[in-house]
Amino acid sequence: MGLVTVTYALLFYFAALVLVVGVGAKVYQYAKTPAPLIIPTTPAPTTQMGVVFRMAREIFLFQSLYKANKWIWLFGFIFHAALVLVLLRHFRYFTEPVWLPIALIQDIGVYAGFAMVFGLGALWARRFLVERIRYISGPSDHLMLALLIGIGLSGLNLRFLAKTDIIAVKSFFLGLMRFDWQPLPGDFTLLLHLGLVLTLMIIFPFSKLLHAPGVFFSPTRNQIDNPRERRHLAKWAAAIGDAGKD
Amino acid sequence: MARGPDIDVPTLREFRDIPAIQEGAMAHLSPFVAKPEHQEPLGFPGELVDNWQEKAIDKMGDLLGKYRALPVFLDSCVKCGACTDKCHYFLGTQDPKNMPVARQDLFRQVYRRYFTWAGKIFPWLVGAKDLTKEVLDDWYKYFHQCSECRRCSVFCPYGIDTAEITMAARDIMDHIGVGQKYSNEIIGKVHTIGNNLGLPTPALINTLEGLEEDIEEETGIAVRLPLDEQGADVLLVTPSADFFAEPHVDGLIGYAKVFHQAGIRWTVSSHASEAANFGIFIGSYEQMHKVSNRIRTAALELGVKRVVFGECGHAWRVAYSFLNSLAGPWDFLDPKYPTPQHICEVTYDLIQQGALNLDPTANDDKVLTFHDSCNVARGSRMGNIPGGQFDIPRAVLKASANHFVDMDPETICEKTFCCGGGGGLLTDDLLELRVKGALPRMEALKEVVETHGVTHMAAICAICKSQFSKVMPFYGLPMDMIVSVHQIVSNAIQLGTKE
Ligand code: SF4
Ligand code: SF4
Repeated sequence: MGLVTVTYALLFYFAALVLVVGVGAKVYQYAKTPAPLIIPTTPAPTTQMGVVFRMAREIFLFQSLYKANKWIWLFGFIFHAALVLVLLRHFRYFTEPVWLPIALIQDIGVYAGFAMVFGLGALWARRFLVERIRYISGPSDHLMLALLIGIGLSGLNLRFLAKTDIIAVKSFFLGLMRFDWQPLPGDFTLLLHLGLVLTLMIIFPFSKLLHAPGVFFSPTRNQIDNPRERRHLAKWAAAIGDAGKD
Repeated sequence: MARGPDIDVPTLREFRDIPAIQEGAMAHLSPFVAKPEHQEPLGFPGELVDNWQEKAIDKMGDLLGKYRALPVFLDSCVKCGACTDKCHYFLGTQDPKNMPVARQDLFRQVYRRYFTWAGKIFPWLVGAKDLTKEVLDDWYKYFHQCSECRRCSVFCPYGIDTAEITMAARDIMDHIGVGQKYSNEIIGKVHTIGNNLGLPTPALINTLEGLEEDIEEETGIAVRLPLDEQGADVLLVTPSADFFAEPHVDGLIGYAKVFHQAGIRWTVSSHASEAANFGIFIGSYEQMHKVSNRIRTAALELGVKRVVFGECGHAWRVAYSFLNSLAGPWDFLDPKYPTPQHICEVTYDLIQQGALNLDPTANDDKVLTFHDSCNVARGSRMGNIPGGQFDIPRAVLKASANHFVDMDPETICEKTFCCGGGGGLLTDDLLELRVKGALPRMEALKEVVETHGVTHMAAICAICKSQFSKVMPFYGLPMDMIVSVHQIVSNAIQLGTKE
């Protein structure tokens, strides 16, 4: 078992732990923090079902972003949709036998890789070209895009130019999951690709990537518009009420 | 273009392009700071406390644990820029710190520094900053250049509502002794006198009697405007500007005529002679709670069956969305009606039942348009279906007038622009901001004036009405163009034909 294999194996366990515990802690924080007042951005649905549809439109179609800016919507949508396909495509490294739907999207997943890099590039270009977005972009915003593009390009490189022994890669990951470590090929592009992915996993819970869990907890989107029908009272707010009422 | 005393009124843009940014364009403007006599009655320190930095961070931590919106909004922003051109204050001033995300970042930089790993370890990377005096100054300026109108939240992919951040920042500042004079002085008046304008009961009695005489003189019909009348069915809670400011008072006359014709016994309360609740502006749950409970007390004392709110924007948001939490439960009122109700809902229902005789030709001298008030549009509802807050006032107007046109769809309903004076900014020390912030609405209005000959713009908010009367002349529009919705109803209602 080489040093590279051991290092990457340990790093993957560490990164997975950070990702799960970090995001879990954030989700726990969001879930346990009360929302004392009803603040959906109206018009808002008046039923739970309506809220489910509203959230679905936000999460799958980026409805609000569409209202705001067609370019950001287009590039953001291309990137996210492609990312989903690319992620699904990678399931083949973690499943044996490979599930049929995953097998079927292998080809389109490759195109999605290009689309993802394109979307990210366009979003990054806006950070330079649009004065207002340049103003609000900080070092971490640029680095995040660089990281994602780095992952995309190194991945495409592995697919087309610097091909690696993907059978070995797959047994490495299956081995990780079964706690039966297998050697990881040592080629540079592969290690770079995986290293960038590790970085992304580790910074996820400490970065703006928290928008992924965050969107589910946004009170302006996930609350039902029913304040006249139902009384909402957070614990801490109820305490004020009791003190104030005679 | 018209020019005010010291104000460069922005030119109306022909194509409404997004303006270029001008750093520091509004860095000179901040409202008067509250004096100890405005701070202390609300339980806030009179002036900047010694350990203000520590106190502020403590308060921030406190709020982060009380309002889910804060941690979610502070963590989730991806700096996509979708909101950057959505704020009327940015469009009117070009100051980049008036872009919603940049305004949030003034708060977020401190949050990151003290509450996140990334900000503690790599502050330069994530734009985290210590809470210094300069940062506090920026907070005071730019969190008082936000009218809490929620327009940004409509367009943000995560629904991030800068208004929530502004409220939290103001609450923190109040707790370290840096309050805003205008809002805190007014809240003090509500507690001591009962309304924002500080009208004592005798003045109220006088005004209401005067209005009764005016109506009788004009129509020959005796219409009552009762105060503190035990056993009335409806408690009307209305902004105190309705008692004497123009065009507000014409709206109040309209409500009185509607109640009169429908035969509804109603009353105003001297204890709760104010619909506005400036507690929301300063982000203080405690103040909102205290101000709201005057209404509960009044309703109990007068033994009414319904609570109806007059035309007021943020007051309706607090009433519709928060009153049940703040001052409920309202189980002692008539369950046939929602609590509270908006006067437009009342009038609309009466029109549906055929209980009002409206002659729209009475308004034939006008071509009307309607300004959706921001807090009504994006923070409340009317009627049973989402969007009723847009349809019901329009239906009331159309039943009362023959000529109605809407402004550019990008500037109405949920996308409406704030009048420029909401959120505790309706004060002369911020006049420059108010004039500039009105730009997007003025452009849309000018357009329908030119294309459709619009003569009047109706609104359902006391702040909108005062703000527009003040700033429209800067844009070359007459101040009496702004009217109350119930003023139009008042003109149309045929007294003596139904009662
Ligand atoms: S639209 Fe929302 S996520 Fe995008 S920059 Fe503005 S606040 Fe941040
Ligand atoms: S709430 Fe309104 S005033 Fe405040 S930043 Fe958003 S758009 Fe601007």
